[in-house]
Amino acid sequence: MKMLLSCRINAEEHAVLVDPRDTLLELLRERIGLTGSKEGCGNGNCGSCTVLLDGAPVNACLVLALEVAGRDVVTIEGVARAGELHPIQSALVEAGGTQCGFCTPGIVLAAKALLDANSAPSEDDIRQAIAGNLCRCTGYGKIVDAIATAAKHLRGG
Amino acid sequence: MRNFIYVAPPSIEDAIGELRRGEARPLAGGTDLLPQLREGRRNADRIVDLKRIPDLSAIRPLPEGGVAIGAAASATSVARHAVIAARYPAIAASARLLGSVQVQNRASLGGNVCNAAPSADVVPALICHEAYAHIAGASGRRRTPLENLFAGPGRTVLQADEVLTALSLAAVRQRSATTYLRFTPRREMDIAIAGVAVRIDLAEDRSIALARIALASVGPTPLRAMSAEGLLLGNRLDRDLSLAAAGAAANDDAQPISDTRASADYRRSLVEVLTRRGLVACARTLDMVLDLT
Repeated sequence: MKMLLSCRINAEEHAVLVDPRDTLLELLRERIGLTGSKEGCGNGNCGSCTVLLDGAPVNACLVLALEVAGRDVVTIEGVARAGELHPIQSALVEAGGTQCGFCTPGIVLAAKALLDANSAPSEDDIRQAIAGNLCRCTGYGKIVDAIATAAKHLRGG
Repeated sequence: MRNFIYVAPPSIEDAIGELRRGEARPLAGGTDLLPQLREGRRNADRIVDLKRIPDLSAIRPLPEGGVAIGAAASATSVARHAVIAARYPAIAASARLLGSVQVQNRASLGGNVCNAAPSADVVPALICHEAYAHIAGASGRRRTPLENLFAGPGRTVLQADEVLTALSLAAVRQRSATTYLRFTPRREMDIAIAGVAVRIDLAEDRSIALARIALASVGPTPLRAMSAEGLLLGNRLDRDLSLAAAGAAANDDAQPISDTRASADYRRSLVEVLTRRGLVACARTLDMVLDLT
C-alpha cells in the first residue's frame, strides 16, 4: 500500500507517494529523479549514497523514505549555488581528488558536514569524517588534501 | 524484500499495541535491520518506527546519579551528550566505534544491544557501568541486568510484544575508571575479533572495591570475565597482583570459537592482552604506579 510522504529536498517541498519498502535512496533516484546519490553496496559500507538529513550525513540506502517525513534532505544536487561549485567541489577538481567520480557526491557531503561543524579540522578529523566513504581510485591522499584546502578557503585563507 | 506496513506510533503504549499485530519489528536506526530485511535474514510484515516517541530518544540524568539512555537515541547523540562524555567516557568512545559517521548518526545503542551480535561494541562498556535493560510489553514493564538480556547470537530474551525502552547506567563512584579496548584487523569500519571493557573502582586504601570485565566477540553472547573479576576484588593492583594473572584469568573466562575472522586461540590471546592493557589504562586514570615488568 503506497503512502503519502512530505519532506524537504534541497530546499524544495515534495509530496510523493512511496512504497513503505522504498529507501530514501530509491526515493531520491527513482521518484524524484536526483541521480547524483549513488548506490554502491546498498548496505551502508561504501558511503556512495551519503546525503545530509537535517544537516547530518547518513547513508540513504539505510533509511526508509517514510522515516524522513517532515525532515530536511540535502543531496549533491543541492550543494552548488547558482551554477557555482561549492569550495569543496572546486578543491576536489583542482587537487585531482576525483577520478571515476562515483564516490565523489558522498565524499562532498561527508566533507561538507565536517566543515559545517569544524572550520579547522586536523588531518585525522578529515580521515575520520570520510572513513565511511570508500574510494577505489585515488588512494584518498588528494581527497584529504582537497578537504583541507577547502577548509582553508572557507576560513577566508 | 517482503511487503510491510510502516507505522510511527507516538507513544510506547501505541508501539506495544502495534507490535502485537502480526509479525512486527521495532525500528530504531535501521542500520542493521534494513540490510537484514533486504537479505531475508529477518522478516517483518509491520515495521514499528520508535523514533517518533520522545522518551525513546531522550538521554536523562537519573535522580540517584546515573543516566538513562533512550533505546532509540543515536550513537552520535550519546557520544556528544555532556554527562556521558564527562562521566562515562568509555561509553562515548564505544559509541564512536559503531561504523562510520553516517552509521553513528542513525544507529542506536538500543539497536546495537537488541541486534545481539556477540561483537556489539557498545555492550561491554555498558555492562561495566552496571547497565539495566528497561523493557515494556503488553504484560507490563520490567528490567534486567544487561548481561542477562542475551540468549545467543542475534537473539535476546525479549518477547515479540516487548520493546527495549532504555538502558540505565549506575552512578559513577569516586576513584573509578572504565575503558574499552578492541582489536580489529583494520583501523576503521571493522568488526572486533575481540573486545574487552575493564572497570576498576578503588577503596580509600587503594584496594580494588569493584572490578568488572566484560568481553565481546569471544562467546555466543557478550560475557563477563567472572574469575578475573574475582581475582582482582579486594587486592591492590600495584602490590598484590600481577597484571599477567588477571589477563590469564580473563583468557580462561573467554569462550571463543574459531571462524573465518580469527581462531579461538588467537581470540583468547587477544583477551589476555587487552585485559592487561585495559587494567593499565584504568590504573593510569587512577594515578596508580604499576610495576609493568
